[in-house]
Amino acid sequence: MAEMQEFWRWTEYNWRHPEMDWRQGKRIASGIDVGSVSSQALVLVDGQIFAFSNLRTGSNSPDSAHKAINGALKDTGMELNNIKYTVGTGYGRVNVPFANRAITEIACHARGANFMAGPKVRTVLDMGGQDCKAIHCDERGKVSNFLMNDKCAAGTGRGMEVMADLLSIPIKDIGDLSYQVDQEPQPVSSTCVVFAKSEALGLMRSGWSKNMVLAAYCSAMAHRVSLLLGRIGVEDQFFITGGIAKNPGVVKRLEKELGIQAVKSQYDSQIAGALGAALFADTLLQKGA
Amino acid sequence: MIANYGYKDGSGEFFISIDTDRCNSCGECVPACPPKVLEMATDEYDPLSEKTVATVREEERKKIKYTCAPCKPASGRGALPCMAACEPGAIAHSW
Amino acid sequence: MITAGIDVGAKTVKVVLMEDGKIKAKAKVLSGFDQEESAKAALGQALMEAGLSREAIGSIVTTGNGRKAISYATDDVTEARAAALGAVFLYPSARTVIDVGAEESRAIKCDPSGKVLDFAVNEKCAAGSGAFTEAMARALEVPLEELGPLSLRSTQTIPMNAQCTVFAESEVVSLIHSKTQKADIARAVHDGLSSRVVAMVRRVGLDPELVLVGGVAHNPGFVESFKRTVGLDNVRTAEEPEFVAAIGAALTAG
Repeated sequence: MAEMQEFWRWTEYNWRHPEMDWRQGKRIASGIDVGSVSSQALVLVDGQIFAFSNLRTGSNSPDSAHKAINGALKDTGMELNNIKYTVGTGYGRVNVPFANRAITEIACHARGANFMAGPKVRTVLDMGGQDCKAIHCDERGKVSNFLMNDKCAAGTGRGMEVMADLLSIPIKDIGDLSYQVDQEPQPVSSTCVVFAKSEALGLMRSGWSKNMVLAAYCSAMAHRVSLLLGRIGVEDQFFITGGIAKNPGVVKRLEKELGIQAVKSQYDSQIAGALGAALFADTLLQKGA
Repeated sequence: MIANYGYKDGSGEFFISIDTDRCNSCGECVPACPPKVLEMATDEYDPLSEKTVATVREEERKKIKYTCAPCKPASGRGALPCMAACEPGAIAHSW
Repeated sequence: MITAGIDVGAKTVKVVLMEDGKIKAKAKVLSGFDQEESAKAALGQALMEAGLSREAIGSIVTTGNGRKAISYATDDVTEARAAALGAVFLYPSARTVIDVGAEESRAIKCDPSGKVLDFAVNEKCAAGSGAFTEAMARALEVPLEELGPLSLRSTQTIPMNAQCTVFAESEVVSLIHSKTQKADIARAVHDGLSSRVVAMVRRVGLDPELVLVGGVAHNPGFVESFKRTVGLDNVRTAEEPEFVAAIGAALTAG
């Protein structure tokens, strides 16, 4: 049997600060975000990012948490017992064996976004693998209004994966390909991913190119997310975290629909949760918790 | 903080909003809700606060359209028991 | 006068020919890509069965999600009205009609004449319709028509957390990996669908004089779960449940 290509796959990696000497640090805190699709571990030394990893979540949360922290600590000389406080977050947050505390990903994403994009950020949109969160926060990254949609696959990375598989297109290429069309098509009308799939097949049969279908799906997703954001309202500045933040097919269409540009950050959008968790860990460490 | 519990899917938007600043921690809404959707808990969205507030139980968040259905007849809908029980008016339904 | 009722559904098109309150012929074809063409084919089949020509039909009324797509129809009626009329025609005592179709489901409260008094609908989300069982059958790798009988062999109730068809597919796959019996998963699938259908029924008020219509009523696993969830020992299921709305449409054409 020919090996099946997995079009939804993305690349794992880890990063460490090139100069920082953690042994000089006073406070070492970490955050572990075990999501439904990806897991991240991030280590802060005196409140500065020292190292992180971004990996796929395995079938078991404790293993994924260990893999993530081992990935972040790889070749740094730091050991797990050098970390003084760890906060777990995400879908598998209660299954992080070495965590001192679990904190919801809503609170962590807001805090992480505040660090990544600055204290002027008021609206955070997290488009994750199996959920979508809209958050308002204050200048310290404290949540003032939020909603989370984790019931329905529409508007989540999972919905995009279904489309990638259906059309046999690698997920990282979807955004760019969705702009290779002569004109922007009408969005796919079905919200439900199951019905959108049938609709996409129907569009292909009626002669649409794959890129047209991708454009129609990306714009449907952007529209859906903008409606969800409408529940809490969008206040400047606006920041997007999570895996779909890397898909310009959705992000640029969303910006156009909302009439607002998302703040760009030098950091990987997928680390926001782990970063927020690590920042809480650092705060709790300072408080002597 | 306004916490919106629930979801949006193809069939509509179903959220119970709880204003945790207005919530006075009295807990009256918990027994008032016939299908026991609500509970009192420390505010998990503000990890540095100790306040106990009304929340929608985790296992109900993905199906409140269905769980809340008996309080929302297709016609002749009266006041919702949870909202009626909340003296500070901290609870709202989006549908 | 001969009248035709066409139920242009998401998955199949059903045609019923009636004359003076009697059913003359029925036909069903897959909706496929072109609903109008499929409706034409189904109508042709029904006419052949009745030994009639196209000209013999006095009027054609459509219902179902593609009811507006049929250019040669005389008129169209809503799905709720068609289902209620058809159900009361077949079962005069019916006061609650529960219609579970391929992509939608609805609970209808009606009066003795089949007039709709109240209804609640579940649409645009696959989790509340036959599409849910279809996707779950695929995930379980069993043919759809075997999903119901399979679930009747279940020995224990297991919870299913996902409320979304796409997430439920992943949940089913991980349940299979953790060696859960397929029969138990099948039962959990039907329990999930019936809990969503029953919530709709409760919105219009539960009347024990109820009848299940729509294609999903063919599934004995769903019917069993429905009985359990709604708390009734006996639930009436229409004999050819998928034709009920087409009958209702044909009746309005009279």
